[in-house]
Amino acid sequence: MANFTPVSAAIGGVLIGLSAVLLMLSTGRIAGISGIFSGLLNLRGEDKGWRVAFIAGLILAPILAGMIGYGMAQPKLPSSWAVIVAAGLLVGFGTRLGGGCTSGHGICGIGRLSPRSIVATIVFMVTAVVTVAITHHALEG
Amino acid sequence: MWIIAPLLCGLIFGAGLLISGMVQPTKVLGFLDIFGAWDPSLAVVMAAALAVSIPGFLLADRSARPWFAGQYFRPGKSGIDLPLVAGAGLFGIGWGLVGLCPGPALESLATLSPGIIVFVAAMAVGMIAHDAWQQSRLTAQRDRLLASATDG
Repeated sequence: MANFTPVSAAIGGVLIGLSAVLLMLSTGRIAGISGIFSGLLNLRGEDKGWRVAFIAGLILAPILAGMIGYGMAQPKLPSSWAVIVAAGLLVGFGTRLGGGCTSGHGICGIGRLSPRSIVATIVFMVTAVVTVAITHHALEG
Repeated sequence: MWIIAPLLCGLIFGAGLLISGMVQPTKVLGFLDIFGAWDPSLAVVMAAALAVSIPGFLLADRSARPWFAGQYFRPGKSGIDLPLVAGAGLFGIGWGLVGLCPGPALESLATLSPGIIVFVAAMAVGMIAHDAWQQSRLTAQRDRLLASATDG
């Protein structure tokens, strides 16, 4: 567990929880990122302002952090474009079919003690762990 | 200016992902790799977030309406069904392949990394494909109902 960073994890987690609660109290919305983003992908005109504002804030965070000297490192991704595209398609399709992602089910749904979200979170954790076990250990030995 | 509220919430959420390190796929994969050098940080992030969100949502339940909106928009579904389980299962596979879920992926657009841009575009295509599939299923269902109604 050499990489374990409990203090920064706890501080970051508190901020994420705080953001979810503030979005509910102020705007009446669930801070589920897949739901917020997918609501922008249709041509209907209504209900887009708060979504654009939230995602703009999300993207501004590392830019502002960079201005005060805490810039974000380039994310390390697999070298295969096919894997990146497949993963993106699965994340997009799966979060729509399952009605949420790590934030919507994992933080907000469990935060509201929803049985649906508890089940969804267990399921995506299990398939993700199995996927990593296969790709990192079974395939690469 | 109510639009400031969701903007600030996005900023706070983004700061949380940055500080916790969860914006980095390697950090997330370290948690998911329970057979490798396991890093439990993501569990601490979730526990800390829930320690805030559980009492916070209880507080929201007790207020009649949000500060800047006419009503609360709460998810309506309550049952556990096949789409929930299948969707979560597929999402988990995609998450495990790269270590990116929608929040960190969108936040990482700030780096202009080509891989991130491709991932977000594929994610959008997956979402649009799902909605088009649902729409065609609904239309087919309605046509069958209409056909059986005229038959009867």
